[in-house]
Amino acid sequence: MAKSMKITVRVWRQTGPDAPGHLEEHLVPNVGPDMSFLEMLDVLNEHLIETGKTPIAFDHDCREGICGACSMVINGSPHGPRKATTTCQLHMRSFDDGDVITIEPWRAKAFPIVKDLVVDRSSFDRIISSGGYVSVNTGGAPDANAIPIGKADADEAFDYAACIGCGACVAACPNASAMLFVGAKVAHLAKMPQGQVERGKRVLNMIQTMDNEGFGSCTNHGECSASCPKEINLDAIATLNREFMRASLFGK
Amino acid sequence: MDLNARIPSGPIAKKWEKHRFDMKLVNPANKRKFDVIVVGSGLAGASASATMAELGYNVRCFCYQDSPRRAHSIAAQGGINAAKNYQNDGDSVYRLFYDTVKGGDFRSREANVYRLSQVSVNIIDQCVAQGVPFAREYGGMLANRSFGGAQVSRTFYARGQTGQQLLLGAYQALSRQIGLKNVQMFPRHEMLDLVLVDGHARGIVTRNLITGEVRSWAADAVVLASGGYGNVFYLSTNAKGCNVTATYRAYRRGAGFANPCFTQIHPTCIPVSGHYQSKLTLMSESLRNDGRVWVPKKKGDARAPKDIPEAERDYYLERKYPSFGNLVPRDVASRNAKLVCDEGRGVNGPGSNAVYLDFADAIKRLGDKGVSDRYGNLFDMYERISGDNPYRTPMKIYPAVHYTMGGLWVDYNLMSNIPGLHVIGEANFSDHGANRLGASALMQGLADGYFILPYTIGNYLATANKGKVTTDHPAFKAAEQGVHARTTKLLSLEGKRSVDSFHRELGLIMWNHCGMARTREGLQKALGLIPELRDRFWREVRVPGSGEELNPWLEKAGRVADFLEFGEVMCHDALTREESCGGHFREEYQTANGEALRDDENYCWGSVWEFQGVGKTPKLHKEPFSFEYVKLATRNYK
Repeated sequence: MAKSMKITVRVWRQTGPDAPGHLEEHLVPNVGPDMSFLEMLDVLNEHLIETGKTPIAFDHDCREGICGACSMVINGSPHGPRKATTTCQLHMRSFDDGDVITIEPWRAKAFPIVKDLVVDRSSFDRIISSGGYVSVNTGGAPDANAIPIGKADADEAFDYAACIGCGACVAACPNASAMLFVGAKVAHLAKMPQGQVERGKRVLNMIQTMDNEGFGSCTNHGECSASCPKEINLDAIATLNREFMRASLFGK
Repeated sequence: MDLNARIPSGPIAKKWEKHRFDMKLVNPANKRKFDVIVVGSGLAGASASATMAELGYNVRCFCYQDSPRRAHSIAAQGGINAAKNYQNDGDSVYRLFYDTVKGGDFRSREANVYRLSQVSVNIIDQCVAQGVPFAREYGGMLANRSFGGAQVSRTFYARGQTGQQLLLGAYQALSRQIGLKNVQMFPRHEMLDLVLVDGHARGIVTRNLITGEVRSWAADAVVLASGGYGNVFYLSTNAKGCNVTATYRAYRRGAGFANPCFTQIHPTCIPVSGHYQSKLTLMSESLRNDGRVWVPKKKGDARAPKDIPEAERDYYLERKYPSFGNLVPRDVASRNAKLVCDEGRGVNGPGSNAVYLDFADAIKRLGDKGVSDRYGNLFDMYERISGDNPYRTPMKIYPAVHYTMGGLWVDYNLMSNIPGLHVIGEANFSDHGANRLGASALMQGLADGYFILPYTIGNYLATANKGKVTTDHPAFKAAEQGVHARTTKLLSLEGKRSVDSFHRELGLIMWNHCGMARTREGLQKALGLIPELRDRFWREVRVPGSGEELNPWLEKAGRVADFLEFGEVMCHDALTREESCGGHFREEYQTANGEALRDDENYCWGSVWEFQGVGKTPKLHKEPFSFEYVKLATRNYK
């Protein structure tokens, strides 16, 4: 291993949704630059377990930047300092020996804290189930090449569809708005011919659910897109507003 | 054990059509009277839940993740096969069937594979109708690329995130049914036991991972779509939470576990970098379309790759397999990487293994932009993890555990030997034989979930006629007590070691003795080491926290405890199969030039293991495989 670092973490501890929380400090010696951020926390947790203490709970799963489970605010930035990188793909070579790193959970009314760094993001699922789909039953779909879709349109739709639903956009927003998340899904389906039939109903229902879940409004800070690990463009929000206006005025 | 595969009669091309007509139907108005439990929300589980709900069944779907959208299918990169022949390059249902049977080294069931190939074309239609943004050509038609083990381009893809886009399609279909209240979704719930009443699967016991509540759920049928068991090796490309618990608990209740030793080692993964390593990351097989695999000709050559002249490089796959080149099937590519590293020609410094995957030629041909369009996200991921820029220096790769072909035994209806217990996707054993071809896992998961199970489960429900049971039945109470007792025991152990430290130890035993190359001696050794490790686990582990809260260490402890029993079943299977086939390579059985030596005379069957008690040798049953359409032959990719 090239070098070994001493890292101090100040990590948010909270035993349950209604319990008071606090920052707790730990020194992690022997951190290698090739370790991922979560592996650094694994090493700390293993030490906490072996010394009879309570390890730190955090969400994670695929550890390759695609499942969207990991969710930490690192030194004030959701997913940490590297652009277009989830926490699990962040490596310790992005830090220096002696650094003090503050780790907090996503903070938003619509994402209540479950424990330590784990939050409840089921509000996102409820938004999708209120309209983020094409209503097509299995079977009876026409041949896949029956409707040509221009490469540029398909690529643009893909850029929006690449959202991993991690919630960093909400955590980054001073208003805890979910406009980028909702906009990404609305824009993805609005760009595809298959999404046209329910276009108006979809955006109205999803916005309604978003508001009911307690997400804030967008005031054009742009922090969402800047912290998005998949670099979803702010145009998603413009599209969302346009689709909403269109549906509100013309009912489609 | 009843291992009748219930393969319909008639010519292979007509079996599925005939079977669909022969099966009993459930009247639309009666479907709402049936409750179905689905465990898992990946491609198989989400597509099955959505489709059954569309048909009218009451579905309850459970997953351990905080959202069904995070199931590990999301991480599949390269693509999905389908016999569309859009490229006009000679593909057909029959060719996909042929390639899959051959690629699986003749250890799968012909009728199932043929049906898989048939419905592959419907999957693409369905996904496009859902709005999945597949890659397209400039004229607006769908694009394809080629994958290992095939000489046609039949792989559909969405950049390097095909699994994500297909799963989001299935998740959205599922979400629609959740919104319509046809599916009740239970995220952060883990299945910890299967409940049988009068020999039929009638429900499950789950633990709510947030509150710790242990609860029973009754149903008319149970579907397991809980994925594979690659994490028995600790280091694998699987998500950290992937586990064998659902299928292993069913095995303990009497379900046969088929071909557990058939595991897939994926040839192109980022090599291990340290002892703290928590998982391995795959680099999609699609990279082998344009990347060339090589090592230096000289042993221990420590020069930088750019300083090694062409004449001193060994493009060993192109040299040994000229007709498939870098696109040989995964088992062949992995084994050859191991061979050149064992010869001392690995390139990751002393004691560490890797080979080069070099894009220099592709970059010369297509430019950085052209390569980035095809593989941009994979190159970025490689750079983030390794700190190297693959546009300028070759990637270093090494094989890693990726997929498990083994799983619970199922018949043609995807039902296990326990009536009512259906198993779909990676969790069953069926279609890939001893080696899965690239881009076929997504195909199988969605084929099972969208187009096969929703038909066959109707036949079971229409004919089983078992009447309703409730969770007051003593079988549920007994299963709940068993779960409580195990949880209490895990939490009461006053050891000092973490669950992970045991998991790592088990992984090392499995990798060394039941990994890429296996021997009689090694497997016998592992069968001694695993029970000993299991005993130490139950004495020395420390599980912090309580059972009445979110406790990731308790979840992990239960999963590792199951792996510590299941590892033995795998080793028994590998020891019993005295031949080499696909991903199962027994060093004693190889040809003079190191290729796998299959023994069709004695081993042309699927092994099906029956639980006999912890630490006891399970009982072996066999399902013989016969090959009427693809003639048994030695695989040849030269």
